[in-house]
Amino acid sequence: MKKLINDPDRVVSDALRGIEAAHPGTLRVDHGNRVVVRADAPVTGKVGVVSGGGSGHEPLHSGFVGRGMLDAACCGEVFTSPTPDQILAADHAVDAGSGILHIVKNYTGDVMNFEMAAELAGAEGIEVASVVTADDVAVADSLFTAGRRGVGVTLVVEKIAGAAAEQGRDLTAVTELARRVADGGRSMGLALTSCTVPAAGKPTFDLADDEIELGIGIHGEPGRERQRIAPAHELAGRLLEPVLADLDFTGAPVIALCNGMGGTPLLELYGMYAEMFERLTSAGIRVVRSLVGNYVTSLEMAGCSITLVRADDEIIRLWDAPVNTPGLRWGR
Amino acid sequence: MGTLMRPLDAFAVADWLRAFAADVAANEALLTDLDRQIGDADHGANMNRGMRAVAALDPAEFPDARAFTKKAAMTLVSTVGGASGPLYGTLLLRLAAALPPDGPIDRDAWSVALRAAVDGVRQRGRAEPGDKTMVDALQPASEAFDAAQDDPWGAAARAADAGREATTPLVAHKGRASYLGERSAGHADPGATSAAMLIRAAAGTLS
Repeated sequence: MKKLINDPDRVVSDALRGIEAAHPGTLRVDHGNRVVVRADAPVTGKVGVVSGGGSGHEPLHSGFVGRGMLDAACCGEVFTSPTPDQILAADHAVDAGSGILHIVKNYTGDVMNFEMAAELAGAEGIEVASVVTADDVAVADSLFTAGRRGVGVTLVVEKIAGAAAEQGRDLTAVTELARRVADGGRSMGLALTSCTVPAAGKPTFDLADDEIELGIGIHGEPGRERQRIAPAHELAGRLLEPVLADLDFTGAPVIALCNGMGGTPLLELYGMYAEMFERLTSAGIRVVRSLVGNYVTSLEMAGCSITLVRADDEIIRLWDAPVNTPGLRWGR
Repeated sequence: MGTLMRPLDAFAVADWLRAFAADVAANEALLTDLDRQIGDADHGANMNRGMRAVAALDPAEFPDARAFTKKAAMTLVSTVGGASGPLYGTLLLRLAAALPPDGPIDRDAWSVALRAAVDGVRQRGRAEPGDKTMVDALQPASEAFDAAQDDPWGAAARAADAGREATTPLVAHKGRASYLGERSAGHADPGATSAAMLIRAAAGTLS
């Protein structure tokens, strides 16, 4: 294992020190609870939007904290859910009395720990609603979940819910929007290489030089099958086909995310996006907004995923609304 | 008024959980090994880490059994991790919420608290008896506790052990083991194994 780290046990806390140092005035970090909070939280009259999960998927979630997106993110150990007390600390940090939305990826540990935190917050009189993302069409039950995994659509849900909360909408409205986005999103990914979890010290899985793993999750957990590597043109089809078979993306504007898993250059991601865009266009699917880059990653894994989200005018407006976070920034 | 039990206070609960902690420590390798066969091989280590922290809590620092139990629950969820943390944490949180004030406690009051705890685990894990989980030890324990003529905790412990044994041939439907499908049969469930230890520890300390 060759990594820029001090010690496998300190990877997360060292990164949090860096986040704090790199974004003074915008973010603050509760090191004891491993929570990243926007500096001006709690914002009066605003629903708090909280997410989190295992570390190693950066910029998800800590990189999406800031105006127009998350109020706080709780950072678990690498690929390990945060604990309820961490999540509760995030809730406390952002609670302005207008309720809190938890955005949770569908992984068994995440779902249970967020559920407990919501109950604990509820017992303190803090109103908490939750939206679980489960957009990965690759597998019905992965090594880490019961039901589909939550992957790329999580970013879109965080952006839309964050924008709606920023505009002062109430918890019911923000939650309803978040659900609508989550329900209308589907994803599929592939890996060219494994990642190495620092604490494990060696690659999670072996993949031959001429092989890809199709339908990979964001923790190195296996997908549908291994296949021979093929040109981008073909791989784009293999990613899109199951996504389009699962949900009808015609008849609505679509937001598309071509996401890198952490170890793939933008040159390749844009190449993949070109192939995807052409296929979508010829299938009569109208992509109106897109994002290409490393957003929901799996350490240094090479590969990519595609996420499509059915949108509408309201969702597009909220997507376009200003956002100012380390990982996503536009508008003013 | 049912059978009289050891009066309820933080020290009684602490004795129970310390006995459980000792059992988990002695059986850490067994729990992890069971988990290695059908899960991700960390149940023993995770539970031992959590229960060591619980055993270190001083009951004298808590006003009553409920406050102590709640603290033990939160200690577990913040130290165990994964799914076992929330599951055991929920068990103790629901138990705490259902416990009567300190003082004399009868079997009916324990029965109510035990049932609330088991219901909490079923709800959190969305598991029913037969899914090859903790519930397979806890549910029969709660039922045996209610049905026992005398020594309800003893009856509960025997039922939990039997429930744990009965998980061996089952195919898992919930949790990490479920991803193995048919391959999960042939091994006792690690969660049911630790849960049976919890009830056995209660029998040794709360009667």
